[in-house]
Amino acid sequence: MSVYLVAAYAVFWALTSIFILSLWARQRRIERDIEALKQHLERGSPKNA
Amino acid sequence: MSTSNVPDSTQDFDFLGLLLAGTSGILIIVALGMAFLYAPRELTMGDVQRIFYFHVASAWVGFFGFFITFLAGIAYLIGGRRSWDILGLSSVEVGLQFITMTVVTGMLWAKPVWGTYWSWEPRLTISAVQLLIYVAYSMLRASITSPERQARFSAVYGIVAFVTVPLSWFAIRWWRTIHPDILTGGEAMAITPRMVQTLVASIAAFTVLYGTLLRQRMRLERASDALTRLRLKMERRSLLSS
Repeated sequence: MSVYLVAAYAVFWALTSIFILSLWARQRRIERDIEALKQHLERGSPKNA
Repeated sequence: MSTSNVPDSTQDFDFLGLLLAGTSGILIIVALGMAFLYAPRELTMGDVQRIFYFHVASAWVGFFGFFITFLAGIAYLIGGRRSWDILGLSSVEVGLQFITMTVVTGMLWAKPVWGTYWSWEPRLTISAVQLLIYVAYSMLRASITSPERQARFSAVYGIVAFVTVPLSWFAIRWWRTIHPDILTGGEAMAITPRMVQTLVASIAAFTVLYGTLLRQRMRLERASDALTRLRLKMERRSLLSS
């Protein structure tokens, strides 16, 4: 089997995996920030004061 | 101050997203199986021709992604809704991923067939320019601070940049070029029914994969909006208490 054929399909898997991982990492970071801010706001809310 | 009005969509169980991801996974495996086991070996190029199935499918999805951005740009300019901006931005990012794949797989096909990775012929030149134009979209967008101006600029840019799609499509029909015209090339470029079926399966698989990635990218942007709203709320509260 041609090395170029293997490389082309490897490129597909590599680029797709990198993109999915980058989406997942960004989503995780945002969710963490949202959670931290929510907790901060709730701690400082009048009913908790 | 309550945070109950902050959307929690980022943590909801996304059944549709999971269904789309599973379907695209299965379709990609089917398309791979067809490309390697079902489609016949091409007589002139041999096995390296099998690159063609994912190369054409990724080009189609890339063009489709830019078309969605074009439509979202028009819709934003008419209605001014943030959701159109999110759709346009997300579609560019996913489209870029597929166009990059097209260019790289094309280069890997060209080396054994043409004897060189790259040739400055019309189709390849337009593809390179197109890639740069859409990379610039993301960079320029990020450089604008006002959200409204950012969305308006992106809408107009997405509409104008779309001209590269028909240009790329017609490049191999209008100008003398060494790039093969498989789809409308006539008998000289005839492909067998099994090859056509494999190509159709690959295009279907890539289109569903595009939908899956687009949906996730849009969810990310909405989550980012929710975070911005929370930050604004924090800032307002700090100002009130000071």
